[in-house]
Formats: sequence, structure tokens, C-alpha cells
Amino acid sequence: MSLFDIITQQLANSLVLGSFYALVAIGYSMVYGIIKLLNFAHGDIFMVGAFIGFAVLSLLTGVIGNGWLGIAVAILLSMIATGCLGVIIQRVAYRPMLAAPRLSIMITALGVSLVLFNSVMAMTNGQYKAFDTGLSYEGIDYGSIHFSYTQIVLVIATAALMVGMTLFVNRTIWGKAMRAISIDMDVCRLMGIDVNKIIALTFFVGSALAAAAGVMAGTYYGSIHFFMGFVIGLKAFTAAVLGGIGILPGAMLGGLLLGTLESFGTQIPWIGSEWKDVFSFGILILVLVFKPNGLLGRTTIERM
Amino acid sequence: MAGHDSIAPLPLRTGFAGFEDRIFELMDYRPYRYATLAALLLAAVAMPRFCSNYVLEIFTNSFLYVVLCLGLNIVAGYAGLLDLGYAAFFAIGAYTSGVLTSQFGWNFWLAIPPALALAAAVGVMIGAPTLRLRSDYLAVVTLGAGEIIRIMARNLKHITGGPSGLIGIKRPTFFGVALNQISHYYYIFLIMAVLALVVSYRLEHSRLGRAWKYVRDDEDVAEAMGIPKSLIKLSAYIMGAMFAGMAGCFFAAKMTAISPDSFTFLQSLMIVVAMVLGGMGKIAGMVVGALVMVLFPEVFRTIGPLRMLVFGVILILMMVFRPQGIWPVRRH
Repeated sequence: MSLFDIITQQLANSLVLGSFYALVAIGYSMVYGIIKLLNFAHGDIFMVGAFIGFAVLSLLTGVIGNGWLGIAVAILLSMIATGCLGVIIQRVAYRPMLAAPRLSIMITALGVSLVLFNSVMAMTNGQYKAFDTGLSYEGIDYGSIHFSYTQIVLVIATAALMVGMTLFVNRTIWGKAMRAISIDMDVCRLMGIDVNKIIALTFFVGSALAAAAGVMAGTYYGSIHFFMGFVIGLKAFTAAVLGGIGILPGAMLGGLLLGTLESFGTQIPWIGSEWKDVFSFGILILVLVFKPNGLLGRTTIERM
Repeated sequence: MAGHDSIAPLPLRTGFAGFEDRIFELMDYRPYRYATLAALLLAAVAMPRFCSNYVLEIFTNSFLYVVLCLGLNIVAGYAGLLDLGYAAFFAIGAYTSGVLTSQFGWNFWLAIPPALALAAAVGVMIGAPTLRLRSDYLAVVTLGAGEIIRIMARNLKHITGGPSGLIGIKRPTFFGVALNQISHYYYIFLIMAVLALVVSYRLEHSRLGRAWKYVRDDEDVAEAMGIPKSLIKLSAYIMGAMFAGMAGCFFAAKMTAISPDSFTFLQSLMIVVAMVLGGMGKIAGMVVGALVMVLFPEVFRTIGPLRMLVFGVILILMMVFRPQGIWPVRRH
């Protein structure tokens, strides 16, 4: 393989990885934007989404098969179910905490994370589950570069979700309400916006996107595990901050950038894959030290 | 007395809150407070005579947690800097003392100062460029830094033994007595916890402690009053790092084997949780939080793997109904 081939192949791989990061990062970013909560349970929502998708797919295998149609249905159902879970979590754990100190609500998120994580661990006995799909590794070959159809479809699906998301936030009345609440929640209440409903909607959308990413990751990697949410949660969080937390295009850009940096970072001979995470966190720290509001963030002037 | 008379006492509340107020009122009266502390200390000292090794082991762990909570309390409770990678300093203490004693044959007690110095140095390295960030971002940076240090412990195989960790750390001796019983470690950890309590108390009521709280409550006003904001924050960070480094040294000596798995992000979070459960900024709260954190999984051992699930539920309920913690700071 020539250097060009390696770069192109890595770019293709990083696009898939970056898509997962970006989808999860959007949820982090939206929740932070609207209620200033670092939602540590979001990685676990991703994991639960993957498991719901797994359950649906197992049920559907005998009915419509486990090909693309089955996976699409699994993604859709998992998005709805996980979105509802996100709303329930928001209602039970976060809504009573809106007026509480920021640290308390973060600890609550940690509690939610423990509950989700341990429930799934108990239900699956801590086993890996093979994500049995009928997809092959076939694809388009270009010289020595291989793009599998799975990769291509996943990237297109992610792009579609992101476009949909952007339109939703920028063009609909609900999206407008979300943006308004992230600027000033109290004024929105005065203006007659049902703040609680919009926050619930934010959780629904964020969780649904994470669930989509979860099922896609299961499809792509072939197995899922109750521990899978933890690392991707941290990475998505990194991605959200990298792009500028609370900013939607920032989360997408951060996710793709982190995926790319990670894929290429591990190709540098003296770094190697075991230093992959040091590489991403190192970038995160550098960005925060030199550009604290992220790549797309505006500089805010703090009150005096 | 005259100074205190000018502040009208708060009316006692009713119900559980009233019960709480009564206890605080009793503890405000110095003879009662000292009597309670003496009784608790006596009970702690007498414990190895009456308890099984299993119980001693648990309490030894909870003393370790007391030190970690007190250290984090300085950073987060007094200075208001949320640190999500606090376990990194714990790791640095444990690994420095572990490597020096097992590979270079140092005496355990001589290895403590370098371990503390290294923890403090890393504290400066992480803290100096990042402490000006606002609190959420600081949390993220400390999280990243904590993970980096854990991964370094895993990957620098020649020094740290890699993923399987460092084994064969020699147990220390104390004036010729080989420390090889659990009761020895119980007492060592008890002494360490009491020392940490005294140091915390003295620090809280020192000029530096007041500066920490001032910066926490309003850093701009504090700066306007001539408090060097960055230096004060950095000093809290270094002090916290040294508490954790100290705890790490003794942890390594007790376990004789350490691995990167002891210093994960989850560990950092657990220390934060213990601190918040107890009541951030309150020394007594740290002791309560540490005890709850260590005792809870042991008491609920019978329900097996579901106990962390129950713990998560309790954590949520606790935050919804009593976000200030079990034993909070009173604010008038």
C-alpha cells in the first residue's frame, strides 16, 4: 500500500468512528447547552440503545431477517424506546434538580449511569453479545483500498441524521425554543415557553441519536458489551468539548475530528494503539488550555 | 462571648430538620464536642480487640477513603475546583513509593517524601496552565489528565509493570516491628486519617483556608481585595495532590501489589461521590461520606451484583431530597 492508500483507508475508517462520536456528542452538547449538565449517563444511554437494538434484531431475525431492513427497523425502534428512556430519566432524576447546585445534578447523572450500567450488567450476566447481522464485508475496492457497504451506509445514515438534526434545531419552533432556553431559561418561562416539555424533548432527541449510534456501532463491530458506553461516553464528551460544548455543529465537527485524529494518531510509529487515548485526551487538554471555548465556540465574557 | 451574642440564634426547626439542629447545637458546645471526639477515637483504637479481620479490613479501607475525601475536599470543598481525575494523584503516590521500595530497595518511610514531592509537582504541571479555566472545563481537563496518568501507568511497562501492575512491594517496618498484620495497618491508617483530619482542620481555619473559601465564593472580589487568585487555587490543588499521594504510599504498602485498575476514572468519581454524599466543605461530612461509601457495598454484600444498582438509586434519591449531603456546612 502506498502512503496515499493508507491515508485514504484511514480516512474512511475514521469517518465511521467519527460518526459514532459525533452522534453521541450531539446528545452531550444539547443537554449541556440547555441545562448546563455534564450528563455522565449519556454513554450508558448509548449502550442501552445498542442492547435494545440487539433485542429487537433478535426478535426480528425470524420475521424480516437480519439484513438492512431488520437493522433499519431495529435502529428506529431502539431510537424511540431509548428516547423515551431518556425522557423518563430526565423526569425522575434531573427535573427536580434544576435549581440545585451544578455539582449535585452531576452526581445525580453519575447515579443514573450506575443504575443503567448495573441493570444491563445484571440482565446480561456481564457477557458479550454477538450482534448477529446478515451483512457481509463486501464493498467497493479501489486499488488496495476497501470501503465496505456497511461503512458507506453507516456514514450516509449518520449524515442524514445530522442534517435532520440541524434542520430540527434551526428551522422548527421546538428547535427555536431549545436555542432560546439555552440562552435564558427564566425569560423563556416568562414568554410562555413550556420549558419542562422542551427539556424533555431535548433528552428524547439526544438519547435517540445515541441509540442510533449504539445500534450502528453494534452492527459495525459485531459485538456489544455493558461496558461499551463508558469509553465512548468519555470520547464523545471530549469531542463535544473539542468542537465547543453546547454548539451543535461543534459536536459534529469535534466527533469527526476526534475520530480522524485517533485513527491517524495510532498510525504514527512511535505512538501505537495503546497510546490512542493519551493522544485524544492530550489534544483535549491542549484545546482547552489554548482555546477554552472549543474550536467553534465564541469567547464569552464572564460577569464581573 | 460578646461577639457571638450579637448574632441572633436561628429558631429551631421542627421534624427531622429540628433533630438535626439539636445535634448541631449539642456539638457546638465544646465539652460535648471534645467528649464525642474522644469517645469515637477510643472506640476506633479499641476496635481491633473486638472485631474480626474482615471488619478491620473494611475500616482500614474507610480510613484510606477519609484521607482521599479530605484531600479532595480541600480542592473542591474549600477552593471550589472540581477535580474529576483525583485518583491520578493517588496513583502517583502509590506507584512512586511502590517503584522506589520494590525496584530500588528504598526504605518505605524514606520513599514518602519523594512520592509527595512528585504528586505536588504533577499537581503544578496540571494545575498551573488549567486553573484559570471555568469550573466545567476544569473538570474535563482534570478528567483527561487523570486518564492520561492511568494509561501511562499501564503502558510504561518497564517502570510500572504494565497492565498487570507492580507486584512484590515490600511491607514496611515500624521501629523494627514488621508490619504484616491487618491490625497493624488498621492503626497506621487510623493515625494517617487522624493526622489528615488535624491538618485539614488547621488549614481550614488558617489564613490560607480563608483565602480558599473567599476565592471559591467570589474570585473577582477576592482578587480585588489583594488575594493572589491563581496562587491560592494552585496551593489548594497541590495540597490536595499531596493528601492523595500520602494515601497512595500507604495503599501500596498495605496491598503489596498495585495495578492501573485501582486508579480509574470510576475511582475518581467514587471519591467525588463520597465527598458530596458527606457534605462538601465539612470535615465531619468527609468522615461520614467515606464510611458510607466503603461500608455500603459491604453491608449489602448479600444482594450481590445488584448492590451497585441500589447504590445508584440511593445516590439519585439523596441528591433529589438532600443535595447538600449528610452532614453539610451550616450557612446562616
